[in-house]
Amino acid sequence: MSPDAGLAPGLPADQSGLRARIEDFLYLEADLLDEWRIEEWFALFAEGATYEVPPTGEADETDPATSLFYIADDYVRLRERVVRLSKKEAHSEFPRSRQRHMIGNVRITGMNNGVADVTCNFVTYRAKRGVVDTYYGKHVYRIDCAAQPWRIRAKRSILGMDMLYPGKLTIIV
Amino acid sequence: MSGLVIEDRERHLFRVARRAFTDDDVLAGERDTIFDRCWLYLGHGSEIAGNCDFITRAVGGRELIFNRDRGGAVHAFLNTCPHRGAMVVREKKGNALAFRCFYHGWSFNVNGRFASRFEEGNYGKEHYGGGCADLTQVPRLEQYRDFWFVNFDRNAVPLADYLAGAREYIDLVADQSEAGMEIVGSGQQYVINANWKLLAENSIDAFHGFPVHSTYFDYLKNIGSLRMEQGGSDFTARGMSNLGNGHAVIEYASPWGRPIARWVPSWGEEKREVVEQLRQGLVRRFGAERGTRIAETSRNMLIFPNLVINDIMAITVRTFMPDAPNRMTVSAWALGARGEDHDLRKLRLFNFLEFLGPGGFATPDDQEALENCQRGYRNAREVGWNDISKGMPRSGPPMNDDEEQMRCFWRQWRDRMEGAR
Repeated sequence: MSPDAGLAPGLPADQSGLRARIEDFLYLEADLLDEWRIEEWFALFAEGATYEVPPTGEADETDPATSLFYIADDYVRLRERVVRLSKKEAHSEFPRSRQRHMIGNVRITGMNNGVADVTCNFVTYRAKRGVVDTYYGKHVYRIDCAAQPWRIRAKRSILGMDMLYPGKLTIIV
Repeated sequence: MSGLVIEDRERHLFRVARRAFTDDDVLAGERDTIFDRCWLYLGHGSEIAGNCDFITRAVGGRELIFNRDRGGAVHAFLNTCPHRGAMVVREKKGNALAFRCFYHGWSFNVNGRFASRFEEGNYGKEHYGGGCADLTQVPRLEQYRDFWFVNFDRNAVPLADYLAGAREYIDLVADQSEAGMEIVGSGQQYVINANWKLLAENSIDAFHGFPVHSTYFDYLKNIGSLRMEQGGSDFTARGMSNLGNGHAVIEYASPWGRPIARWVPSWGEEKREVVEQLRQGLVRRFGAERGTRIAETSRNMLIFPNLVINDIMAITVRTFMPDAPNRMTVSAWALGARGEDHDLRKLRLFNFLEFLGPGGFATPDDQEALENCQRGYRNAREVGWNDISKGMPRSGPPMNDDEEQMRCFWRQWRDRMEGAR
């Protein structure tokens, strides 16, 4: 096996420096969500960004124009999602749930003009009224590392479960 | 099982015992008198569009195979091997020339006939000729406008009679495209920790609209999509209809856009003409009154006991089964025009997700309400009854935000549970 096995073509063999910085960025994102600082979380996204949760059991590349997703937000709707979640009339999150976002297996899968394609595994716990819901799966990101500060251009959260055992997706996984 | 529903027309009181939502014996009674006797939604024909297509689905507490054979005929089989009981088909969907049980290799043609070739002497003659080694068909399988239903009661009335007044409203959905309608993608499946009847009520309840969904209406306003003219967004305007046999519908002018065929500003000017053409097409096919009704009017329909077809900002087809008194599994699909234009299909699905589904801006709050009711029923020893009386003193036709549509459901539920079918 070659020493760079598992790396995307075109990536330098030693990308640990870049990966560490990307991990820091993703940890920041997770922390903002955990602390319900969702306006700051939204500010991590570039204008025109998308956020998607495709249906379970379909290909990772599924298209929200032809398949019924759980979430398929353009930038405007993502902003409105944050606006909604900030209101006490978003009954499903009032009182707010407690949550913890865990991230691992971070990999850079591509790099073009300073824009990195990144995947990672996630486990997100949501607790409310003594019930703990567990969401897990894989995030697929496109992160603009040339921007100052860095910005997320796209985030797709691909659930690992084969259906939604917790009945709702009111938090951002 | 009686005394759980009390109707006093003189005093304008309609009450349902909260025990109906929490009791194991009630659920057992429902399995006998409702889920084993009523027509239950199985699936849409478009989900098995090609010959030898199949899907598997849990309906009425059974595991079923819904498929098309080599000649295109539609079947529904109980998904259990006649040999030792294993589920013969374990995939959610697929296309196959035959089904093979992995346990001992018994095989079946897609018309359910036993198809293994074992050496002679293994089994007697009856095994091959008597049908005892075939897959078992559901007792009854019938369809209306490509919506397929099963009934586990061989003596049930025909589906068309059972649907009664609901047929008119299914037509309003099925007629939206000349090419027919189809289920889009694989749909959503999710669990709600509440009794199944709470979702039946909620699905046709206009009374909860503004208190529960204010954030959704705020959103429409924020993005410039709240259209209040044309009778406005008056949910009470058109009124509800009792469709018979426990089915009911509310129909109303709505403030949101409808991919068939009501444009709203947030879709952009370039979509305006396309959507207007669709509306014109409906008027051409069905005349001004019916065409406009299909295009402009929203409708929420419950077909007893557990099928909801809501033709609102998109079309959702939804069915739900109790797993326990306090838990149900919901299956929901988007329905769209067959061969729909790519951009319109995209718009339809975008519109669906704004309101509907577990990640939408509204459905999660409904789920929260249902789960909160279920939790509130822990107080049933002291506070034992639900009040479903709204609108009873009204002499004219009921309004949408009255609760007559829930009373239609509950009267049917009561009659079946009390054995007065």
